[in-house]
Amino acid sequence: MEVDYSGDIMTLNMGPQHPSTHGVLRLELKTDGEIVADAVPHIGYLHRCFEKHVENVDYAGVVPFTDRMDYCAAMNMELGYVLTVEKLMGIEVNNRVRCLRIIMAELSRIASHLIAAGTYGNDIGSFTPFLWCFRDRETILDFFEETSGARLLYNYNWIGGLMHDIKPGLEEKIIEFIDYFEPEVDNLNRLLSDNFIFIKRTAGVGILSPEQAVSYGVTGPNLRGSGVKFDVRREEPYLGYEDYEFDIPVGLGEHGPVGSCWDRYMVRIREVKESCKIVRQAVARLTPGDVREAVPKRIKPPAGEVYMRTECPRGELGYLLVSDGSLKPYRLKVKSPCFTVMSAFREVSRGAMIADVVSILGSFDIVLGEIDR
Amino acid sequence: MESVAQLLEKIPKYDALPETISALMPILASSVILFAMLALAVLFMVWLERKVSAHIQDRLGPMVVGGWHGWAQTIADALKLLLKEDIVPASVDRVLFKMAPFIVFLGAFAAYVVLPFGSSSFVTDLNIGILYIVAVSSLSVIGIIMAGWSSNNKYSLYGSMRAAAQIVSYEIPAAVAIMTVVLFTGSLSMVDIVRAQTGGIQNWFLFRNPFLFLAFVVYFIASLAEVNRTPFDLPEAESELVAGYHTEYSGMRFAFFFLAEYANMFLVASVATTLFLGGWTQAVPASIMPQIVPGPVVFFVKALILIFIQMWMRWSLPRLRVDQLMYINWKVLLPVSFALVLGAGWMATL
Amino acid sequence: MLTYFRNIGQGIMTIVSSMAIAGRHLFTPSVTLQYPKEKWLLPERSRMRLMNKIEDCIGCGQCARSCPTECILVKTEKRGKEEAPVFASDGTAKKLRTYVFDIDMALCCYCGLCTFACPTQCLIMTGEYEYSVYDKDEHIYHFAAEKPLTVAGESRQNPPEG
Repeated sequence: MEVDYSGDIMTLNMGPQHPSTHGVLRLELKTDGEIVADAVPHIGYLHRCFEKHVENVDYAGVVPFTDRMDYCAAMNMELGYVLTVEKLMGIEVNNRVRCLRIIMAELSRIASHLIAAGTYGNDIGSFTPFLWCFRDRETILDFFEETSGARLLYNYNWIGGLMHDIKPGLEEKIIEFIDYFEPEVDNLNRLLSDNFIFIKRTAGVGILSPEQAVSYGVTGPNLRGSGVKFDVRREEPYLGYEDYEFDIPVGLGEHGPVGSCWDRYMVRIREVKESCKIVRQAVARLTPGDVREAVPKRIKPPAGEVYMRTECPRGELGYLLVSDGSLKPYRLKVKSPCFTVMSAFREVSRGAMIADVVSILGSFDIVLGEIDR
Repeated sequence: MESVAQLLEKIPKYDALPETISALMPILASSVILFAMLALAVLFMVWLERKVSAHIQDRLGPMVVGGWHGWAQTIADALKLLLKEDIVPASVDRVLFKMAPFIVFLGAFAAYVVLPFGSSSFVTDLNIGILYIVAVSSLSVIGIIMAGWSSNNKYSLYGSMRAAAQIVSYEIPAAVAIMTVVLFTGSLSMVDIVRAQTGGIQNWFLFRNPFLFLAFVVYFIASLAEVNRTPFDLPEAESELVAGYHTEYSGMRFAFFFLAEYANMFLVASVATTLFLGGWTQAVPASIMPQIVPGPVVFFVKALILIFIQMWMRWSLPRLRVDQLMYINWKVLLPVSFALVLGAGWMATL
Repeated sequence: MLTYFRNIGQGIMTIVSSMAIAGRHLFTPSVTLQYPKEKWLLPERSRMRLMNKIEDCIGCGQCARSCPTECILVKTEKRGKEEAPVFASDGTAKKLRTYVFDIDMALCCYCGLCTFACPTQCLIMTGEYEYSVYDKDEHIYHFAAEKPLTVAGESRQNPPEG
């Protein structure tokens, strides 16, 4: 789209303290009236030296820090890390651990996508979906609390196993919740997703074409929203995801071109339903076993280098772990999905309106804790 | 004002007052009564809004202050706002910054003068009543621009520019929709408009004919935009502009903006009640059921139903974008309202 | 022209359906818990404030070593040969005298790794979560009950109360 930006340009600093920047992100907007000529994201306000810090913590002690990267999906963050260490150490976990990890990871994905959908509604100006989503998320957090003892930062996945086995009877409760929850998604759709105002605000806005998405290295729901069918759970399965039946929803472009904010949002809503399917299957596959069976007494991986990627709710989360054979990681590099999608932000939001910038940012569903680490 | 003047004359030794004071007394008394009524109504509306929003969102809302469902919460909040420090940021235009909230409130408050709450409870019956309301209520735009400009804040400026564009634009379909009613009454006086609707629910303009019903819908939508309610709450769009034109305000001055917002809400609901829902007249004609309920109570109930719908919409719908806002105004509401004037005029001549 | 009217129609329809579903929730029961009056029933695994049963603590310092945030400070000294042997409730001999066992709950990240490292299960995470204080130093909990015989640790303050 060609826009003439010859008018007076005003710089508007959106953030770091702004209701809709989802944390402490600063967007430097060059605005011409309501039109945004340029939007430069400035990150780093939440930098906590995660990567350097973990070089001074033993392997098991890193897990609580990975929780704090993406605090909306802590279960998936620690899962990626423990799988990396297990890959380096060659630890094989039993079936119960694998199934429980999948259950927890998928429940966490549902919780995370609920936050994404709720806050997105909030960004667009509808306040009610936010509370509805949080109401259902609370139930999932209850499961996590009952199992691990914490509601947000779990430290539940351990290297070689899990912190605790689930309480007897939790499987039924989870299934009961899924039964209740699946129709609730339709209610959310009727309130927000299919609302004409919402569609007009999001469809046709912030279009990230498939080529752009791939060239920027965008992953996860943002990539799938552009119509590219790519999911690490399918492409490079871990934890036995290859045995599960689930679809990979992609943006179909029902309202306007593929890759718009509505597509990205809708991919998340559809993924929630797919996650429900996976949870059902994983609960059915639970076999008895000791969840701490393979936990090593002393975590001292051999010297070496390993890269492991998992599909976290916001995209492909990669850990590059270098070990020098000591008790502490020599180097841990995180490939963050939100960081890559932020790099595409500038191009996507050029020429949009101020309200669209908020809409685009919300549809990317970033968590600053993970971008800045 | 006549009824207030009669009441005042019952005060002993009222006749002994000097002429100038006794001439001013009814005006003063009416203003005080009106303000007290408005303040009470706003406190109740804020509480209602919180409760409606809470229950739509599966919450409970305020429950503690005052006992029963936190009925005193808004009173406590109002007291808190009035007692807070009056902060004027260093780089604002001080005169405009201090005046703006009162001008915004003035625009809303002045319109109440002609609202007929009951068959005899109104301050004055201007023969150009509805025109006066349309004119005076747009005064608040000036206050909003003053607030946005003087705050020296980019978000405030954006908010006020949006507000000005929005309010001025939506005046037009609202005024045209009002004209359909005027075509039927042949009078601009608010009291005459209500008197034309006496005699039961079938005489209300809302149910007289389909054109008037649609005119009500058009007026309701346009009035939502005039008072900056969702889905037209762009001037104070929280997720984009932090708080719009009142970003820099706090304490009492913020309270006045808040008061003005709710006063405006009540105003448009009252105007809609007067024009389309028969004002103080009851739904059942007097020949069937004696009119026991006082007129103002009927009026308030009708207005509150409309306000409830406003709140219900606010907590269900997302917000529009600036261009879509203008699209709805100029391309949808305005043509429709012109068509309605034509249709209603045709019906009125039948 | 047709899309113009279709858009208007679709807009009105979806707005009405949105409002209908929102209106239905006006009458569904709320999920709010009136916090200070009603309280959450915590599951038994809840990880809140750390608590050390000092009589069972053998002062091994495993917890301090496993802590990722280094919020536990343990100082011990060897018990003299002539002293009467002290045992924890599970029968482990307490060879060390723990004269400092401080946990800074303001530093704690509630990961629970220390409780798993503890060999006598004396360090546990309780369900106590209402312990906000006015001063950050009040978040340092002193658990040690014994005094050192050597002078090494005497500079540290003893807890004012339990």
